[in-house]
Amino acid sequence: MSNLLDLLVAGLATGAIYALVAVGFTLLWQTSQTINFAQGEFVMLPAFLMLAVMHAGAPFWLAIILGILLSLLLLGLGFKLLLVDPMLRHGVLPLAIATMALAIGIKEAVKQFFSAEASPFPSIVPAGDVSILGRVVSLQSLGVLALAIAVVIGLTMLLNRTSIGHQMQATAQNPTVARIIGVPVERMILLTFLINAFLVALASLLITPIYLAKFSSGEVLGQAAFIAAIVGGFNQVRGAIAGGLLIGVVDNLAAAYVSTQYRAAVPMVLLIVIILFRPQGLLGRPEERTV
Amino acid sequence: MKSGFFAGLLLATVSAAAAFAQGAPIKLADVAELSGGGATVGNNWKNGIDLAIEEINAKGGVLGRKLEVTHADSQSNPGVARAQVQKALDNEPYVLLGPGYSGSVKVTSPLAAEAGIAQIMGGEAAELTQGGNKFLFRTSFGQQSSMPKVAKYINDELKAKSVAVVWVNNDFGKGGRDVITKEFAKYNIKVAADLSTEAGQADFAADVSKIKAAAPDAVFIYLNEEESARILKELKRQAVTVPLMGETTLVGQKVVELAGDAANGARGHVGLTTDAPVDLVKAFREKFVKKYNYVPDHNGLKGYLAIYMIKATTDKMGKVDSKAFADTLHGLTIKAANEPGILMDVTFDEKGDIDRQGFLVEIVEGKQVVKQVLPKLN
Repeated sequence: MSNLLDLLVAGLATGAIYALVAVGFTLLWQTSQTINFAQGEFVMLPAFLMLAVMHAGAPFWLAIILGILLSLLLLGLGFKLLLVDPMLRHGVLPLAIATMALAIGIKEAVKQFFSAEASPFPSIVPAGDVSILGRVVSLQSLGVLALAIAVVIGLTMLLNRTSIGHQMQATAQNPTVARIIGVPVERMILLTFLINAFLVALASLLITPIYLAKFSSGEVLGQAAFIAAIVGGFNQVRGAIAGGLLIGVVDNLAAAYVSTQYRAAVPMVLLIVIILFRPQGLLGRPEERTV
Repeated sequence: MKSGFFAGLLLATVSAAAAFAQGAPIKLADVAELSGGGATVGNNWKNGIDLAIEEINAKGGVLGRKLEVTHADSQSNPGVARAQVQKALDNEPYVLLGPGYSGSVKVTSPLAAEAGIAQIMGGEAAELTQGGNKFLFRTSFGQQSSMPKVAKYINDELKAKSVAVVWVNNDFGKGGRDVITKEFAKYNIKVAADLSTEAGQADFAADVSKIKAAAPDAVFIYLNEEESARILKELKRQAVTVPLMGETTLVGQKVVELAGDAANGARGHVGLTTDAPVDLVKAFREKFVKKYNYVPDHNGLKGYLAIYMIKATTDKMGKVDSKAFADTLHGLTIKAANEPGILMDVTFDEKGDIDRQGFLVEIVEGKQVVKQVLPKLN
């Protein structure tokens, strides 16, 4: 039982990070029909941007700020203007393939200009333990979980309780009508790209101290988040959050109670089952788009 | 007059060819893990090779000929390694260097043996030199040499009665796991948990939870560098406080760099370490740091030693003969007094295994501290 508690806490902490990335998948799909197969690499890159700033002599806190700003610029604005806008007019499939190419490009660029080797990355959550129900639980796990949940709650409040959030919802549901009633659709779409860039930068900040900064680390994350988004429901933010947490926990429980060799297969099996019996995902809705 | 002209031309051609052969560089081929999960291994190995070649060439080369190496990337993938080795052998190198991963060595060594080219590699799996391959040579201890020392230390010094064994599911990890569990049986040490992990695994939370549930007296960790760092961090995160023991990789420089504070207290047996209390090793470390601006791990030493093995063997033969190279290296003892580049006295047996002094180390405040020096056996 105590072992199960450890596994749940660790799984939820990892799952919360998957959720951040999965929410980004959902946002981009909802507002601009963009399936970003470079999302994993989007999580990998900010850590290297922050490391580059630190190597230039900046303290960690400044590296975080500059890293997030650079991510907004490159992975938000740059991604939309230089890749999505020119490609989207050719259809969803060419854009999806273009994002695959972008993933390879980012990986190779990091490998070339930084290193093929892993690098250490500092943690924003201090090391240490706390006791919960008589069990020693890592402060880092709790910190990651708390921060990720806080961001998800903040995002949900932005979408549901603010004017900007409602305009984004309108853009996602019907951009033509939204434009008629005066919603600045283009600006709302750009905003979702910037939010996605912020989410991946935050995920990068949280996951890299555990996974280490490495050019290939986005592969695992991108795949896990993509599965999470589909399992939870690709057209619902709350679905992506639930999917992320579920995949994190299932992955840990599978590693502990099934086998480490087959841990990667268990989320895949879950994915297949969901596609077969509930293609819209656990919390998704068929034929509907809303953020 | 005409015949005199042709005789002169022939003489000039033969002389030029002889001079060319005399001065032509000795070609070496290296296939290493320059990217992928083994990038730390391969890049250290490559840098060690380049440093040694630069030194040797600066002093006039081997038997008056410069050394020249080509590096190919196996991408830490045995299939790619095999293709790269085949490509390298097609260019008829004097000696083949690498790979570092045991799995890649396993699939490439038959190719080198078939071509009759000696292969000096970094793999440590016990089985590599047990199959009668006369062309394969180690640069470090095989598991059959190192694991008995680890098991003895766990029994004698740590007094552990139960140990959790965490190993990576590849040839290197499986080989190490098989040898260490046999050694544990000799001391009646119980394997409290036998945990297989995957190469490139990022998340060790579940594995560490299993270790905690098994409540062992010590944990033996036998993973590659990056995974070693990740599990050390996770062990610290989950507050596992029992002694952590490893063999070479767990206490390597890269692991210490990646794991940070989490590496403190980890212990292990190492065949090669730049913290060894040996003057020549210290000098090597200084040269390496000056050239590459980082402290190498044991793989940097392995690459460096591989080149000096070639130099010492070729000097012993007095000629550059790839076919006779392996025969000469078998049974050869190279003394550091005669060839300082070899750093420590070493003997190669008939299987290509080595005998050299080893070290038991502990990580203290982010640095390897040598606790015991284990002497050369013969």
